[in-house]
Amino acid sequence: MRHYVITGVLVVVLAIATYAGLMVIKLMPVEASAQSIPIDQLWNIEIAIICFLFALIMVPLVYSLIVFRRKKGDTSDGPHIEGNNTLEIIWTVIPLIIVLVLAYMGTYTLGDVLAVDPNALQINVTARQWSWEFDYPEGFTSTELHLPVNRQVVLNMQSTDVIHSFFVPQFRMKQDILPGRITTYRVTPDLIGTYQVECAQLCGLKHSYMTAPVIVSSQADYDSWVQTQLAAAAVAAQTPLGRGQQLVAKYGCTGCHSVDGSSTGIAPTWKGLYQSQVKLSGGTNVAPGTVVTANEAYLIESIVNPSAKIVNGFQDNVMPKTFGTVLSQSQISDIVTYIESLK
Amino acid sequence: MKKFFTSALLRGLLWQLIGWVVGAWFLTGIRVLMGLNAFVTGQYFFTEPAWVFGGLVGALSYVASTGAMTDWFKRAKGEEVPEHREDPPGWEKYLNVSLDHKVIGVQYTVTALFLLCVGGLFAMIFRTELAHSGLQFLTLQEYNTFMSLHGIVMIVGILLGVAGLMNYLVPMLIGAQDMAFPRLNAFSYWVAPPAAILLLSTLVFGGFDTGWTGYPPLSERAPLGMQMFFLGVAVAGWASILGGINLIVSVLRMRAKGMTAFRMPIFVWAAIATSLISSTATQLIGLSFQMVMFQRLFGMGFFDSDKGGNPILFQHLFWFYSHPAVYVFVLPGLGIISELVPVFVRKPLFGYRFVAMSSLGIALVGFLVWAHHMFVSGMNPYLRIPFMFSTLLVAVPTGVKFFSWIATIWKGKIEMPTPMLFVLGGIVVFLLGGLSGPPNATVATDLHLQNTYWIVGHFHDTMFGGYIYPFFAAIYYWFPKVTGRKMNEKLGKIHFWLMTPSFLALTLLMMRVGLLGMRRRVADYDPALGFDTYHLIMTIAGYLIAISVLIFLYNLFISIKNGEVATGNVWNSRSPEWLVPSPMPVHNYDRPFEVVGEPYDYGLPGSVYVRFEDKTSKGH
Repeated sequence: MRHYVITGVLVVVLAIATYAGLMVIKLMPVEASAQSIPIDQLWNIEIAIICFLFALIMVPLVYSLIVFRRKKGDTSDGPHIEGNNTLEIIWTVIPLIIVLVLAYMGTYTLGDVLAVDPNALQINVTARQWSWEFDYPEGFTSTELHLPVNRQVVLNMQSTDVIHSFFVPQFRMKQDILPGRITTYRVTPDLIGTYQVECAQLCGLKHSYMTAPVIVSSQADYDSWVQTQLAAAAVAAQTPLGRGQQLVAKYGCTGCHSVDGSSTGIAPTWKGLYQSQVKLSGGTNVAPGTVVTANEAYLIESIVNPSAKIVNGFQDNVMPKTFGTVLSQSQISDIVTYIESLK
Repeated sequence: MKKFFTSALLRGLLWQLIGWVVGAWFLTGIRVLMGLNAFVTGQYFFTEPAWVFGGLVGALSYVASTGAMTDWFKRAKGEEVPEHREDPPGWEKYLNVSLDHKVIGVQYTVTALFLLCVGGLFAMIFRTELAHSGLQFLTLQEYNTFMSLHGIVMIVGILLGVAGLMNYLVPMLIGAQDMAFPRLNAFSYWVAPPAAILLLSTLVFGGFDTGWTGYPPLSERAPLGMQMFFLGVAVAGWASILGGINLIVSVLRMRAKGMTAFRMPIFVWAAIATSLISSTATQLIGLSFQMVMFQRLFGMGFFDSDKGGNPILFQHLFWFYSHPAVYVFVLPGLGIISELVPVFVRKPLFGYRFVAMSSLGIALVGFLVWAHHMFVSGMNPYLRIPFMFSTLLVAVPTGVKFFSWIATIWKGKIEMPTPMLFVLGGIVVFLLGGLSGPPNATVATDLHLQNTYWIVGHFHDTMFGGYIYPFFAAIYYWFPKVTGRKMNEKLGKIHFWLMTPSFLALTLLMMRVGLLGMRRRVADYDPALGFDTYHLIMTIAGYLIAISVLIFLYNLFISIKNGEVATGNVWNSRSPEWLVPSPMPVHNYDRPFEVVGEPYDYGLPGSVYVRFEDKTSKGH
């Protein structure tokens, strides 16, 4: 009897101490969305159950190892206890009830998380290797995700290539982004601040770096940002250079091609590229070691058919081969104008 | 040394390379006749279809050249083959085709240890890279390849280790002379080395950057190494399927007299549950990978949305095997724990029938939970609810095992030599793995946890606690049965006490950074996240684990020749294999035994589990 009382007390003590300890060290990042509140509530209940079960197994285990350890010279066997059906049924049925309750609560929490606000702000998200593009209903495109606080937003997300995933730890949610299909991410940011969206589904070489800033601001700040963006877009749209720069941002070209001469290791830099001598390692009907001049025709060909000429030191099949159909002739020409400006 | 170079292992390797090149040339010849391009200018010379076809021919050449299929060919031609094939004495039988289940068990186990070490080495390489933010010495492609290979090499290593334990132990435990189909058994083993070579060859073919999950469309775009990965997994899958069938038949048909279902050693129940999964689910991973292979080779569009395919279909097919697969890994491990605990606490296994049924329960429920890997994948959102319920149900039979172990240990007379230490370590580590499971099962919390380091910590705990620790325990425990010598206790204890705290630190920190938002499978992380210190500690812990494993290997190596002689019942067990001398005789038991009692009746005076028949009564 003594053994049961001692272990019982120790189980309670250890469970409480573990739970308190975990609460003190703060397991989760800050809550920055309305959805994170029910998620964290469920999480805390689960952590409490986990701490209890942890203590329930660990205490009798460690206690036995200390108290029931074989004495030196004792060669006898332990008591012959084959089992106890009542106990077995208890520790089958009680966990069964616990997990059913947990699943029930999980269902309700999921319902809360998915709650729909019909007036939600709609933003289209395009994910591609390896950049994010955010298209606002006002008609401009941004590489940063700006959101007004306390308003539900629906992200209609699509990928142009492989599977990506939209993950903001402070929002507590992620959602995969598929090619050829739209998936949605519904969030109500409720804390002003700057966060980061990270791709959470392995998407190739630069997966680690596929991030973008998420800026949650007051409605007034958000509105003024929208106005600034609209004005800047209108100005840029007037010149080929401005349009080219916008397209480059929109399609995430600079995710791989730097514009300041730095090396990404994935793709050649654009700075000083125009009219430079480029050494090739291969391509369609190109002998390794060929040197060509990066003139306008070369730039256009490299956008439309990246496999035609492979620059020495870089790999084939990294750049998407779809830009010939995605972009119009004039858009390509705008982009080329922009590249030519990077001297 | 000559015997080494003429062994089936090396002969197979040579023939695999020859078959590979011959197959590639053959397909290239066909391509030329069809007017297709024959070679690719650039890195790999042959075209992708030629390499893939060559890889398949090479793997078959390996198996054929070892002689694992010779008896079948002879029988097909109507020639007589001897029922038994005696192995030569000495070590070379381990490098050649043998029909003895014990030799095959050792072959599997040693291959498994080799692959686990290779997989561990890959982990150490990228763990070193992760010690600090920024890229230190790996390129992104190298990081992704090592990370992906770590996953699949460990998985194949564990599968072979599972097969090793089951092959060595089950016929012995049920009182059989061998498995039901010894030739099939040898074949199952001998497809594993060429599969391992295919997997490792990905390093030469540009690697692959998809992780071991190989999700399309990414895997459609990956370098040629991807195809070698798919092919290697498919070939390794044969070993699992055939081995599983062989084991089920052996247990159903070849048990000793009197060994009713509930008098089987508990490990046999675990082996049955595992074999049921591996012989029926492995086909699905083979299928899903084959479909991606065909997308790449023939332009089919199963998972390509441009052609009306669906990438989520792949994930369903893939996880339909790959989730039950984790139970293939852990059920035998948990079986080892249930098998060894009674011996070292000198008490019967508490609730034998419940423990036995819980293995089948886990295997059954395990088939119904696969989509919990896909809660954020974009599948039908309502489908997540039934999978949440089914996933949480796994906790019930798993809980039965934990409670039964604790009740067995309670009030026992506990001894803690090295095998028992690893059993206890396994229980604790698996407990952490098990307890970190339910938050992944409830959809709402999983939205945060999915694809973070939390998951990485969770499954490393389940794999280590559920398989690696019991595997070490089994090796320390049955080593005398294989060699007639004991492994060094002192080194064993150093191994345990170095590995366990390091491993706990490693996985708990993984969970810590995961909750704070660290994604998995990233080559680099933002220093602004403040994870550098955590990662440095994790890397140091990783090195300590590596050192402890080196100590284990050293112990294993020296104990074969210089270990303390132990030919008797070293652990004072009731199990039949310990009632005959060690090393185990070639045909196991020269006298058949009859089961006359319960397997774990420790503490019941005068009870025995098995009674060997008299020599004179043989032949009845």
